[in-house]
Amino acid sequence: MTAYAISAEGIGKRFLIGSRVSQADTLAETLAQSALSQFSRFKLRRPGQKRIGKLHSEEFWALRDISFKVEQGQVLGVIGRNGSGKSTLLKILSRITPPSEGLATITGRVGSLLEIGTGFHAELTGRENIFLSGTILGMKNREINARFEEIVEFSGVEQFIDTPVKRYSSGMYLRLAFAVAAHLRTEILLVDEVLSVGDAGFRKKCIDKMSEIAREGRTVLFVSHNLGAVSRLCTAGLLLESGEISIYGNIAEVIAQYGRMVIARDEDPVSQHGESVEVRHLRIIRQMDVLDPATPLTFAFEMDIRKTYWKLHVQLGICTPEGLNVVLDSFDTDLKPELRVPGRYSFHVHLPVLWLRPTIYTSRIKIIAHPDSGRTERFYSEWVEIPVEGGVRVDSVADRVLVPASQWEITMKGNLDEERLV
Amino acid sequence: MSNCNESVPVTIIKPQHGWNPVEFKELWEYRDLLRLLAWRDIKVRYKQTVLGVSWAVLQPLLTMVVFTFVFGRLAKVPSDGLPYPVFSFSALVPWSFFSTTLTQSANSLVSNANMIKKVYFPRLIVPMSCSAAALVDMGLAFMVLCLFMAGYGIPPTWNIVWLPLFVLLALMTALGTGLWFASLNVRYRDVRYIMPFLLQFWLLATPVAYPASLLNQPWRTIYSLNPMVGVVEGFRWALIGSGNPPDAVLFVSVLAAMITLFTGVLFFRRMESTFADIV
Repeated sequence: MTAYAISAEGIGKRFLIGSRVSQADTLAETLAQSALSQFSRFKLRRPGQKRIGKLHSEEFWALRDISFKVEQGQVLGVIGRNGSGKSTLLKILSRITPPSEGLATITGRVGSLLEIGTGFHAELTGRENIFLSGTILGMKNREINARFEEIVEFSGVEQFIDTPVKRYSSGMYLRLAFAVAAHLRTEILLVDEVLSVGDAGFRKKCIDKMSEIAREGRTVLFVSHNLGAVSRLCTAGLLLESGEISIYGNIAEVIAQYGRMVIARDEDPVSQHGESVEVRHLRIIRQMDVLDPATPLTFAFEMDIRKTYWKLHVQLGICTPEGLNVVLDSFDTDLKPELRVPGRYSFHVHLPVLWLRPTIYTSRIKIIAHPDSGRTERFYSEWVEIPVEGGVRVDSVADRVLVPASQWEITMKGNLDEERLV
Repeated sequence: MSNCNESVPVTIIKPQHGWNPVEFKELWEYRDLLRLLAWRDIKVRYKQTVLGVSWAVLQPLLTMVVFTFVFGRLAKVPSDGLPYPVFSFSALVPWSFFSTTLTQSANSLVSNANMIKKVYFPRLIVPMSCSAAALVDMGLAFMVLCLFMAGYGIPPTWNIVWLPLFVLLALMTALGTGLWFASLNVRYRDVRYIMPFLLQFWLLATPVAYPASLLNQPWRTIYSLNPMVGVVEGFRWALIGSGNPPDAVLFVSVLAAMITLFTGVLFFRRMESTFADIV
């Protein structure tokens, strides 16, 4: 039997938004509202209608029907857009706020890092804050004592450890706060976006520490927008969309799905049949079943042009799941003026070997058309997926954009005698 | 895991409704946090003040000076045969403890909102730490009171062995009321404005500036529904031996304090699950 560290069944969280807007914030209003709701209970309640606690309140489900299981030692990445319920989920699992429905079972001590520097007090010194913040995060006094030196060393603020943290630079403050959090020794860690603050160097340090934690076999639930970090750290992923699970499974699939979702969001209308410009049948001409990084890509599509344009600009874009444009290749009527003539055209775009790292890319055609020099019309094709796989060791690809098949030539140019080495 | 010899705790997370019992075991596990929060409050409270921690003593001391002048000299309020400064200061020591605890704990959830929204711990720890911090202040003020008595040549009596019980009674009253107002303050910030008025009123309803012996039965029993009456009277009696020795009327105060604490804890536990969402 597999041991689950976290097991959630049908978790849901409801907020009453009406009570946010017209919330009774003074005693008098509450008294008035409760009097009114007593009244409305008798007057307005139809049979079978559920009584709502307060007048004017409207339900809003921040999370609904969330079920998943995290095995012990698994690192689960939770991704989703802002407002998709990621933080609420983390707050429920951390027991900061109870769910409105459902059940979750957590086996093991839980440490939650929902922000950097929880419990820090500006007036206290670094040393004092290590103890304060450590205790608030759930460490025992003896645990902090045992790791104190380690924490200070990791933070790199030894010199200022007896200075009030309000005199720290923001970098020092972050380093110290993260140092405390990083030494939390619970079996389960819930981490939210902690890595998105600070400079690049600090973020790298955080991610390295997180990977170290992940390798130690602890269970981690990791919420982030940093897809690079998520794909590197996590084995499984959970994608939330408007409070519901959109996909839950292998991290690569989850990230690809997120990519599709982000792309779908820009909601550029795909050009329809009968419009002045229509792009159809965008596809990749495959020589083999599998596209690997060393395959030259050939795109093919058809374009119907139904009126005469002054100028046409055709773009081919290739996007990573993270939303990064890796290729934006274009072509316009300055290069081929015949294209101004209405008609059906067939396109083949030959790209050289791009050495793209294996992941699922998406691609589409965008046309910027000018009927005359002053006006612009835009047309879009459907998105197509380009799954690139194989070719390189998967464990080494996550933090790279390109995976060229490089060749290292090494020749020994002679002996160095020992004296010259010194 | 390396620490497999320790039992792995299992946490069940489910919707919370209605009345929840107090998790004493969990509170005990978080005793380090209680100690540290109290220590933080003490440490931070008088930061960047010139007089520092002496404010803990100066506040009741200055009130005593004002009372002595207004009530002792001008109004000639009787003081159970004691020098008026000793009479009022011996009451202001427990009273300051009460008013500090109440004010601080009523604000505690709001002022620690950031923590409450970001990490789990039994929320009861927060107001409890306020009373712990106030206890330290009271200890300091108490030492000054002893010096004072020595200065006036008033020896303490053997009744002093009962003093901790009256401190406990003050603690129950302060924490009970504090829990009520802390929970209410999360939702209704009116509490902030009610508090100064309430404390002023409460001070007048407590025999700090005047002796309880001014009242006759049955008024004394009704008066003792205010648990601070029992505290202040008992405090004076235990320390100096003044006033009436505690009688059956004291139990009215004890009962009132117990009810306050019990309902305070109950109400707090009921509201607790909503704190992080609405604070």
